[in-house]
Amino acid sequence: MKRTYFGGLILLVSMGLAMLGPIITVILWAFAVKWRYPHLLPTEWGMKYWFAMLGRETVITPILTSLALTSIATTTAALICWPAAYAFARLKFPGRQLLLFSFIAAQAVPKFALFVSIAVIFLKLGLVGNFWGVVVVQMLSAVLFMIWIPTAAFRGIPPALEEAAFDLGASRLRVFLFITLPQAMPALAASYVLAFVSILFEVDSALLIGAPTVTTMPLLLMSLSAQVIVQEAAVLCVLIWVPCFVLLLLSRRFMTARGIAQGFGA
Amino acid sequence: MLQIDAITKTYQGTPAVRDASFTVARGELVCLLGPSGCGKSTLLRIISGLTDCDSGSVRIEGVDMTATQANRRPTAMVFQSHALWSHMSVAQNVGFGLRVRGLPKAEIAAKTAAVLDLVGLQAFAKRLPAELSGGQAQRVALARCLVVEPKVLLMDEPFSALDAHLRKGLREELKALQGRLDLTTIFVTHDQEEAMELADRIVVMQGGRVEQVGPPGVLYQNPSTLGVAQFIGAMNTCTTTLRQGAADWYGLDLRLPLPDGEVALLCRPEDVYPDAKGAAARVTRVIDLGPVTKVTLMTEAGDLLTWTCPRDQAPDLGRVLTLLPRRLHAFRNGALIGLAQSPLPAQTAGAPA
Repeated sequence: MKRTYFGGLILLVSMGLAMLGPIITVILWAFAVKWRYPHLLPTEWGMKYWFAMLGRETVITPILTSLALTSIATTTAALICWPAAYAFARLKFPGRQLLLFSFIAAQAVPKFALFVSIAVIFLKLGLVGNFWGVVVVQMLSAVLFMIWIPTAAFRGIPPALEEAAFDLGASRLRVFLFITLPQAMPALAASYVLAFVSILFEVDSALLIGAPTVTTMPLLLMSLSAQVIVQEAAVLCVLIWVPCFVLLLLSRRFMTARGIAQGFGA
Repeated sequence: MLQIDAITKTYQGTPAVRDASFTVARGELVCLLGPSGCGKSTLLRIISGLTDCDSGSVRIEGVDMTATQANRRPTAMVFQSHALWSHMSVAQNVGFGLRVRGLPKAEIAAKTAAVLDLVGLQAFAKRLPAELSGGQAQRVALARCLVVEPKVLLMDEPFSALDAHLRKGLREELKALQGRLDLTTIFVTHDQEEAMELADRIVVMQGGRVEQVGPPGVLYQNPSTLGVAQFIGAMNTCTTTLRQGAADWYGLDLRLPLPDGEVALLCRPEDVYPDAKGAAARVTRVIDLGPVTKVTLMTEAGDLLTWTCPRDQAPDLGRVLTLLPRRLHAFRNGALIGLAQSPLPAQTAGAPA
């Protein structure tokens, strides 16, 4: 007996459209030279706006700035937060729960207000309008992902896995590198990608701390959206979307614990 | 080979292991047996070095290992949860101990293959742990320990998560392998049948204390404490008072030449026999177990008594039988005070003064 679930099919198609529709529209706009009502598709295609955008230094600089900023902020946050997450998961120290909770509490404060007060401090330190000032403040937006997800991941590893390796003669460092890290890697990769994307699209802190000297891609996008040329904004959107998409594809490799084990030559 | 001396461990004020001492000879398989929470796993972890002890010492081949970390001790442990590393293949799991010792690749491969052959899993070398059955996973966990040639193999309830049939098979396999390799082994279990079948000697633990150490047969026939008597095998327990060399055993005055006072009289179901002079009890349940029949009886006072009898002697339900004990263990304050062979009723002994 065969039945077609029309309701399910309609739901699938409409959900697909709702999710992919905006992206498809943006991509179409990026390659459209002429697209006027009532045409369903652009009437003239081309890379005209790509050349125009990429030829401008005011566009290239923010892209490079954003990529450098995001990479540095995310990686530094990972190096600080992941060991901290391991400590939260495995070690017992006074105030552990309170400290862990404080990361959520900080998130409950309206971000903009937080950044304003940080800006006041940074102004005294000479970090406003400074690349490193933005790196530091951007790292803050990564802390939640970088602490909570890895802490849960490290907690989820049965202690017997680590004990078995230690019992068989491995040093504490080797136990961490060969057992703990590969076991936690899918979650660590997920936390890295989430933090990377959230930093890349962060606007508030970049605006308050970075402006006017440090311009990031989202800031450029904001300034462009005030103008009327849709294609320019669309090109920039695709430009921002590409690194995120590539990162997501790459992270799929790490999403399996086995992938990272091979990376370590296990 | 292995000497455990006066080990004590307290967790936040609660004693887990109290003054535990025993020794294990080379090539011997010793079972740590006891109910859950008796401290047997904690003691095993103290021997492995994964848990430290408050006082006492662990010596292996005469060398004091008490302060040595787990990764420097010549022991290897098989965990209840098998604890295989899911991101490594079977061969990588087994070879890990050799890899951290810095052996050349060719040697690791050869030794790994040899050990996998030993546990009958050579065809599974490239599989991932997730692709193994419970029994296979536990055999890989064993191979992972054997490959590093430990002086003492430690096993923490390795088969208790498996079904009964598989458990029996693995038990026999382990016993054969252990004998062939002359492996000094400590095996923790709460299953007395498993301990009886596997062990050269059993260490019975209760409440963190070592109650008795001995070969399975001795523990069964001559338990030295009430705890051991009640934990190993079934017992009919009758708590009563001894007065002038006689005690009330299920309504019958039995002659027992022991000092007066409170006493627990224990008798194995197979040591009960029907006798005209015995204590009267009505048959309330008859269970045919195959080789023997288990008969439950109720005395006039309402106490339950179990008798395992040969199949052809099984009584009918509701019949009133009179029974006597063949061997009666008497305990006071948990310690054995006497073992009476075929005690007789006081009247027929003809000694009422």
